[in-house]
Amino acid sequence: MVTARQVAETVTDPELPQLTLAELGVLREVAERDGRVTVWITPTYSGCPALDAMRDDLVRSLTGAGYAEVDVRVTLSPAWSSDLITGPGRRKLAEAGIAPPGPAPRPAPGPVPLVLGPVRTAACPLCGSPDTEELSEFGAAPCRALRRCRSCREPFDHFKEI
Amino acid sequence: MGPDDDTLAADGHWAFGTGFSDPLSGLPMPPAGADLAALCLALGDDALIMSHRLQEWCTRAPELEDEVALANIALDLLGQARLLLARTGRDEDELAFRRGAGEFRNVRLAEVPNGDFAHLVVRLLVFSTWRLALLTRLRDSDDEALAAIAAKGVKEVAYHRGYAARWTIRLGDGTAHSHERTRQALAAVWPLVDQLFAADGNPRSPDPADLREEFDAVVGHVLAEATLTIPETAAETAAERASRDEHTGALAVLLEEMQSVARALPGATW
Repeated sequence: MVTARQVAETVTDPELPQLTLAELGVLREVAERDGRVTVWITPTYSGCPALDAMRDDLVRSLTGAGYAEVDVRVTLSPAWSSDLITGPGRRKLAEAGIAPPGPAPRPAPGPVPLVLGPVRTAACPLCGSPDTEELSEFGAAPCRALRRCRSCREPFDHFKEI
Repeated sequence: MGPDDDTLAADGHWAFGTGFSDPLSGLPMPPAGADLAALCLALGDDALIMSHRLQEWCTRAPELEDEVALANIALDLLGQARLLLARTGRDEDELAFRRGAGEFRNVRLAEVPNGDFAHLVVRLLVFSTWRLALLTRLRDSDDEALAAIAAKGVKEVAYHRGYAARWTIRLGDGTAHSHERTRQALAAVWPLVDQLFAADGNPRSPDPADLREEFDAVVGHVLAEATLTIPETAAETAAERASRDEHTGALAVLLEEMQSVARALPGATW
């Protein structure tokens, strides 16, 4: 029998099915004791509407693999960061036409500095050109911004640094 | 494997709220004392009501990109509201859908009806600048759950504040028409600012004077870039400023819509 961790690591994200929850850094911990499995996941954003679907997918996969009792819990600390997306996760994002995030700003004590100019850059995942512009900081999902390539003119999603 | 009847039945989600019975299930949750519960209720109500006003912008924003941005900001705040209301130790759906207007503790800034896009931008600038200052300080709360909610919220509200600040500058330092509309919006929103910094007597609340200092610096910087000035307004009395249980008539109207499905179909699932 495969371990509960191995099973949980195969579960994919409901909105980005190219990536597993583990590659996205959302799967935090899998504990197995006497056939009972507890899984901790963490939302990318506080209002992430996909959390229920993630839980149901985890429960379905683990019960399908023979684990009768599965408990999925949500944890918030430490807060999810785009830095948690793994190397393979980043490659898969790019292959899906989504520019992977750059390094996230480090959480620092004290007031958050106000930034008024455009701060992010991202190479076009379609043609590779670094000459791209941000169309909107908020895209099709909370975790994505919308950009456009000035070379090939195609719009594309950018996984935001957070 | 295909889903069988049992797993489908287990997928039944509440028609309102979401399927997670406890969104804080993975965090240490000692019973919330009265001060912590009061603080979380106030912050949760602010987020819930402001989220609803932002949701009302759906299909009304001037451009598709802003439509999406406002929906995303509303969703972030709704998520924060769920976590904060859950941390009070009471049932989040009961709190959101079964209280009357007099029991809500949100600030009046969150509940006043929507105006034009300039009004939205100025209101969001004020709301998110104040909330970011608050959440930044609450990251150090000795309550582990509140500290975690705040740390997560800081990342989100920093984006909200940036969006509102850039739009304030674009409108204020734009055409004569957009400048005038934004000036009017600022005049309408500003009388609601003092309530945000009223002392509430809660030892868990961050020092309002400290919050105000950060708020004045950030908003002052944005308004200067936007070629706008803080309007002269008659200050509310201290008693008016302090009471989070005093609401405008607009809150009852908002709740009538927000709670209509939950009240008409108690316990409904889909």
